[in-house]
Amino acid sequence: MTETQIFEYTSGTPPEDLDADDPLHGELMKLHVGPQHPATHGVLRLAITLDGETIRDCDPDVGYLHRGKEKTCESLGWRRFIVHTDRLDYVQPLMNNVAYALALEQLAGLEVPQRGQVIRVLIMELSRIMAHLIYLGTSAIDLGAVTMFFFTFTEREKIYDLLDSYTGHRMNNTYIRMGGVYADIDDEVGREMRAWLEAFPAKIDEFEKMLTGNRIFYDRNRGVGTLTREECLAWSLTGPILRACGVEWDLRKQAPYSGYETYDFEIPIGTTGDSFDRYLVRVEEMRQSVVICLQTLDRLERTKGGEFLAEDRRYVLPPRAKVHSSMEELIFQFKVVTDMRLPAGEAYFAIESSKGELGFFLASDGTSDPLRCHIRGPGLMNVQVIPLLAKGRLLSDLVAIIGSLDFVMGEVDR
Amino acid sequence: MTAIDRITAAMAEGTFEVIEPRDGMPCVAVAADGLRALMECLRNDCGFETNTFVTAIDRSAGALAIEPCYEVTYQFLSHAHGDRIRVRVRVPLTDPKVPTITDLWPGTSFCERECYDMFGIVFEGHPDLRRLLMPEGYDHHPLRKDFPHRGIEPDRLYREWERGRAATR
Amino acid sequence: MGSLKPATTAAHDAGFLATRADALINWGRKNSLWPMPLGLSCCGIELMAMIGPKFDIARFGAEAARFSPRQCDLLIVAGTLTWKMAHACRTIFDQMPDPKWVIAMGVCSSTGGMYDSYAVVQGVDMILPVDVYVPGCPPRPDAVIDAILKLQKKIERESPLKVLFQGRGELDEGGTREFDMPPNQAVATHRIGTFEPVAGEGGEERT
Repeated sequence: MTETQIFEYTSGTPPEDLDADDPLHGELMKLHVGPQHPATHGVLRLAITLDGETIRDCDPDVGYLHRGKEKTCESLGWRRFIVHTDRLDYVQPLMNNVAYALALEQLAGLEVPQRGQVIRVLIMELSRIMAHLIYLGTSAIDLGAVTMFFFTFTEREKIYDLLDSYTGHRMNNTYIRMGGVYADIDDEVGREMRAWLEAFPAKIDEFEKMLTGNRIFYDRNRGVGTLTREECLAWSLTGPILRACGVEWDLRKQAPYSGYETYDFEIPIGTTGDSFDRYLVRVEEMRQSVVICLQTLDRLERTKGGEFLAEDRRYVLPPRAKVHSSMEELIFQFKVVTDMRLPAGEAYFAIESSKGELGFFLASDGTSDPLRCHIRGPGLMNVQVIPLLAKGRLLSDLVAIIGSLDFVMGEVDR
Repeated sequence: MTAIDRITAAMAEGTFEVIEPRDGMPCVAVAADGLRALMECLRNDCGFETNTFVTAIDRSAGALAIEPCYEVTYQFLSHAHGDRIRVRVRVPLTDPKVPTITDLWPGTSFCERECYDMFGIVFEGHPDLRRLLMPEGYDHHPLRKDFPHRGIEPDRLYREWERGRAATR
Repeated sequence: MGSLKPATTAAHDAGFLATRADALINWGRKNSLWPMPLGLSCCGIELMAMIGPKFDIARFGAEAARFSPRQCDLLIVAGTLTWKMAHACRTIFDQMPDPKWVIAMGVCSSTGGMYDSYAVVQGVDMILPVDVYVPGCPPRPDAVIDAILKLQKKIERESPLKVLFQGRGELDEGGTREFDMPPNQAVATHRIGTFEPVAGEGGEERT
């Protein structure tokens, strides 16, 4: 954690005192924010009871983007559902792909080749940066700093271009497959990524120059939405929100996957657990992601030409060229596409997404039809905690709270 | 000390059953009337501070369809010990009921509401058991196996609203 | 600007332009679309990218995104519309002042897309009249810009003066305001099974 205490702790005054001379005090008013409101980051509806400007009660209503993904998985089958995972947390599509693929691989007992794991780590960390950039842009816009949106989107567009040249689409790439990744990263994409990664830390400095020392941003975030460690644990909160309370809990360190234990990086933690610390944690996470990405690029150079997709023909499609020349491979392809069976049983796998623990709980009965696919997204817990943080605060603090909780409705509602 | 060891030390013999799921996570099966005791033990004695999710599996269809039931599945995480545990309780298809655990882990509130919404499982004692994802007034529980994927009259509530709107215009 | 030409050299010298009122009004309307970005899901992120620095929708006069429907004339439905959200979407459309246009961005809002499920509206044209459909999941920002250009061409063909003097009703029967696919029963029934006819076939909402 770097330079957290720039200003004195100023805005911790209880809002009841601020509100005492409000002439509307004592008069309760119902206010519905959303489902279409720029500050709710999607289609969240908040039924708020206001006393003057103080929030007395807040009832989040979710489900406006409930698309029935879990039901869809049951009718689509294991393999085809991966396309739907992109659209869960749509600011980091590839991260969701990896989480789902890892859960499938755990259920099937499938090993991912070394190079496939390295590419996955690279892609996940790029996704983390993308998600945090969205957080920076939108939460700053809510607090009045519109310029940040243009700053962060300039950088996001560059990641989009990189992913576009690698995966063929800007977002919702569906590039991860069970058993690895769809295609190898070529040298040119690697070079471009390295160039961008080396230039990016300077951009983070620029963002920090805009926000970290910004009096308005600081005052509106410091002391707002404060959570303690115990509250975080009881309310199932994970990710940057938990780490901002000073808990060093990151699944990349605690339960490593995809070879995270072999990378050299640090877990930033906060001290006060308020919105401003969450901001600082996320900014520092972006820097750490760059560090990891650069390490993966070195490894990609070392493992050039290696396998990136497992060769288990029960679950993984054979290469197209072989399908055209070999009868067995054609049969394998037919079997995988029409009737891919996973062993009976249950499996849960969680990864540290940009917002917290993103887990898939899969239950299979041994046939090609999934029995159950439960998506444990961090967003639902983050929404759940809004009333806890908003009660007793001013209405304007709600915007900062929602911004700092950083949920994406696609993942909340599923 | 593994999670199972901690539970065995704190709970009476025969009130729960240890099962081995595919992913190797410690898993405990318990009857619905013994659920509260186990949950209190997990919270107070075994150090599981965080609930990860509450969900259910409809076991009434599929190849392994045992006696038809909903399998309510809880999963917990202990930061202190760094391990997880899964708890499974089976409830009948008709009139499914389990006691709530929102007083022990307030974060399970939305999960239980979602489970009620999707499966119709009633969490007794939940302070605010409403639908979470589907609108109020929706008739069905979508994740039940007998509910079709494309839904039953999915637009009913909207059309009712639209008729009301046309009448007032 | 094609129809804004000086009538005579003398008028030109005197600083006058002669044109049809329709052309002038349409020219103004099409180059100052105020979008209402109804960002529902993934497409909302691409919509933000479209407003953002690289694609910069300001080049086409449509950057004044307002989150209040009463200030907007272009509704961009970006993303998956669920039945729970449908009445909110319809209300937003009703609150927008005339004239108004709708772009269905992405396959979800065009046809329901990949979500053939119990919760999702199988195309916003079941509840709104749509002018331009943009395919893609999500469409690239270039595609949405193209949709705005197509919409501008469509606006060019409208006859606002006719509306002023003759009212909307006549126009809606066969005028310039054509819906590509009105929210009719045939569309809806084909997609989702049986339900009642939609109140107000297409144009009626316009009056």
